[in-house]
Amino acid sequence: MKLNNIKLAAIALLVSFSAVNCSNDDDNRPTGPTGTNGTTEPNFTGVYAQEDQMGRPAINTVFVSMGDKDTFNVTVPSNQGVAFQTKFQTKLEALNPAHADPMYTNALGFNAEQFTGALATDVLTVSLVGTTTFFDGTNVLTGRTLADDVISTELLLIFGGPMGTDNPGLTDDNVDGNDKSFLASFPYLATPH
Amino acid sequence: MKKSKILIGAAVITMAGFFAIAADHIDAPAVAGGTSDITDIYGFQGQNNDNIVFVANVQGLISPTDTDGAAFDENVLVEFNIDNNGDAIADLVIQATPRDGKMYFFGPIAPSQPGLNSVILADIAVQNEVDITAYGASAIIETNNGMSFFAGPRDDPFYFDFFRFGDIIAGNETMFSSPGTDSFAGTNVMSIVVELPKAIVGSGDSVNIWVESKRKQ
Repeated sequence: MKLNNIKLAAIALLVSFSAVNCSNDDDNRPTGPTGTNGTTEPNFTGVYAQEDQMGRPAINTVFVSMGDKDTFNVTVPSNQGVAFQTKFQTKLEALNPAHADPMYTNALGFNAEQFTGALATDVLTVSLVGTTTFFDGTNVLTGRTLADDVISTELLLIFGGPMGTDNPGLTDDNVDGNDKSFLASFPYLATPH
Repeated sequence: MKKSKILIGAAVITMAGFFAIAADHIDAPAVAGGTSDITDIYGFQGQNNDNIVFVANVQGLISPTDTDGAAFDENVLVEFNIDNNGDAIADLVIQATPRDGKMYFFGPIAPSQPGLNSVILADIAVQNEVDITAYGASAIIETNNGMSFFAGPRDDPFYFDFFRFGDIIAGNETMFSSPGTDSFAGTNVMSIVVELPKAIVGSGDSVNIWVESKRKQ
């Protein structure tokens, strides 16, 4: 009997609560405090927990093992180096066994440990003072434009060795551009298909 | 004959499952194909050379048929993280989250806390908003105090002969084909674009950026 009363009271409370909610919201969305201009602001309350993250292109895809992919996405960048550099190096040496030799470098002059040490902290460096590009033949890793052939750059650094000439069939996927032209002005990306 | 075709089909699907699609499309089991799945991020100098542009794309491989029905998730927060002193810790964030047909932006502002959880800094950050551009409509752009904002479906700018790469990794091929085939041709993404003065994001020669997607608990 008492339990039923409590339940009824709870239902009554819920009803009144939702009625109040509905009264100041014409489309049944939760609403927050009234804004300074007198209009009703959307609800931005609550805690948001991380699910995915990304810095440089294809890092999780290429260098992180299947069992670690979710973990990589919820490891803050400042902790990624310690957690993943060794694993990245193992992966790199599996992709291009020549990298097992610490004297062997890629076109950046990095051996396996140095290269994976740079990659394991997955942030994208973006220049504020000059050309922004993943690689344009001169500038390296100073940003990422829409048109940059990031995959061929990464393939070259993984497979190409010190001169970029090793494993010639693996250093370029031979897809050299997007299937739509980009815009010169904001928002820069092409219209959808 | 038919059976072998089915087997090939199954092999392709298995491969796609194992060798998560680049660049960050479907990169991990927990987010693959979901509304928080980041496909790519970009950072580049704007048409105005005093500005920097940040792009975050989510929900990859949307077919043209499905694009009209595609939508940003109101329970997902997309955060641009900016480290302007080289320690890979965010000094500034720009938060983006949709409500009722608009994309709301907060910041740039110092994050309230380090780590994996966020609250939306709606009470203290600079707020901007832009109507989400509908499929097939002209891009709606909001410009305010030197910052520009866009949200809506766009062509996926990423290109890669992903399936050939999968064949190589699986040991079925020894090299890329020439010409290659863009596995992302003809597909769309849900795109968020912000352009702002470089002076707002940092005073040094460069910044480090990354994008996080977070779900309301």
